Amino acid sequence: MQFGIFTVSDVTTDPTNGRTPTEGERIKDIVTIAKKAEEVGLDVFALGEHHNPPFFSSSPTTTLAFIAAQTEKLILSTSTTLITTNDPVKIAEDYAMLQHLSDGRADLMMGRGNTGPVYPWFGKDIREGIPLAIENYSLLHKLWREEFVNWEGKYRTPLQGFQSTPRPLDGVPPFVWHGSIRSPEIAEQAAYYGDGFFANNIFWPKEHYMRLVSYYRQRFEHYGHGTAAQAIVGLGGQAFMRSNSQSAKAEFRPYFDNAPVYGHGPSMEDFTEQTPLAVGSPQEVIDKYAGMREHFGDYQRQLFLMDHAGLPLKTVLEQLDILGEEVVPVLRKEFATNRPIEVPDAPTHASLVAKRDAALAAPAAVDTTTV
Amino acid sequence: MSDVKKIAVIAAGLSQPSSTRLLADRLTEATVNDLRERGIDADVTVIELRDLAHDVTNNLLTGFPSTKLDEAIAAVTRADALIAVTPIFTTSYSGLFKSFIDILDPQSLTDLPVLLGATGGTDRHSLAIDYAMRPLFAYLHAVAVPTGVYAASADWGSTGDSASSTLPGRIARAAGELAALAAASDRSDQVVDPFALSEGFSPVGSFGAQ
Repeated sequence: MQFGIFTVSDVTTDPTNGRTPTEGERIKDIVTIAKKAEEVGLDVFALGEHHNPPFFSSSPTTTLAFIAAQTEKLILSTSTTLITTNDPVKIAEDYAMLQHLSDGRADLMMGRGNTGPVYPWFGKDIREGIPLAIENYSLLHKLWREEFVNWEGKYRTPLQGFQSTPRPLDGVPPFVWHGSIRSPEIAEQAAYYGDGFFANNIFWPKEHYMRLVSYYRQRFEHYGHGTAAQAIVGLGGQAFMRSNSQSAKAEFRPYFDNAPVYGHGPSMEDFTEQTPLAVGSPQEVIDKYAGMREHFGDYQRQLFLMDHAGLPLKTVLEQLDILGEEVVPVLRKEFATNRPIEVPDAPTHASLVAKRDAALAAPAAVDTTTV
Repeated sequence: MSDVKKIAVIAAGLSQPSSTRLLADRLTEATVNDLRERGIDADVTVIELRDLAHDVTNNLLTGFPSTKLDEAIAAVTRADALIAVTPIFTTSYSGLFKSFIDILDPQSLTDLPVLLGATGGTDRHSLAIDYAMRPLFAYLHAVAVPTGVYAASADWGSTGDSASSTLPGRIARAAGELAALAAASDRSDQVVDPFALSEGFSPVGSFGAQ
């Protein structure tokens, strides 16, 4: 089971003092936050991609490579990489590069993006979001697995004898997650390829995501990648903690009330009741997230949104201390208890190389017996 | 087809008690009576949008409904027929009424028989049913019955005049039109698959040669 954090890279005014960090500050802060994630024992850091203010992260691989150079074990991922408006050829190249530079500590999550104007800015049509995600990923999948690609599709210029470089590290492509908030088509796509499925899980009630994850698990089995229980599931989450519940609520409330996504809407109490947001003591957060496996089945990756809505760096780092020292160690134990032996861990570069080698060895063994 | 038809009623009046609810109740009673004469029972759910005003706004901001609002949405979208009544504010349906419609899945009212009702201070706004409400439901592929019922304040104390039918007459005509469609509707028995993939969908796309 992997634990980590994901960020949307928003530059937001701190509602408690009216101070807005510069882009430069936030960019450097993100690096500090990622390094802190490794220091407190988390496994994954995932960074979003946006092409409009107030977000700074237009080029995640640059940032992730910079972080990779300053960390040892942290897995670098995305939340998400825009499969609709990016050229899949450039994704193949950028993330293979990141994979090499990070010694295999890179994976990525595909997303469509929900900012309307980004599509026309990149010459695309948002109404074609699903077909773009399907066709672009089909090409990306091929570019990482076939040396020379001949390809023709609807949304980009055809390729003849094209070889994307660098080739994936050790000939094994980075593991891919597909993130979706509501589309069964994306769950179907993830199941078809045997890729991971990530439910953002933070903005809506968990019941909604439970149905989507359950659908993905069934389709994963249908496509012959394993049993439904062996499908690769990731979940988002969101927490704010202090040693006692009251101070956590009091401190987080102004950030909640003014947050870009849900601010000025429901009360923090209603929202924590209705969604996976947890605001309270570390034990309350543990209780809420330890229960997730009951709802979603045993899963492979849990990411928390910790730096957003204008929370100052100092607070975010304190939150990571609590998460890494008090919450995640307990959750690791809880999730390991009675976890069925057949449920796999999240794929890593090492496990994918081993799997590939085993697959290569298997036919040879068959050959010797049949000859 | 079951013998019980589900009728949802939206009343978007803001005052309590409201003449909008009064009209909604009259339309409901007439529709239920008409169905009963056809040997059909009605299961009526009345949704007072005033009680859901905060939930509707929160849904607009967060993208998901509260449990209470979710139940109301299900009652409307899974009904065999709908009675929708709004006050006319500034020449059109009220903002709360439109906000509720805005949070529905645009496909979810397809083929739903609807009776359109509206209330207002004067009868000069009676055409708002036909220039505002009717296009809204046409866009959503709902089936609005031909007779809309507008009740101005004066209608509550009038027997009508020789040039127009009375309020009770209009209610009876509209309710009859809705009951006929409700009697034939099997929407509440239909199973909706939230994971239905669009026709021809392929996980590798139309060009994916796998």
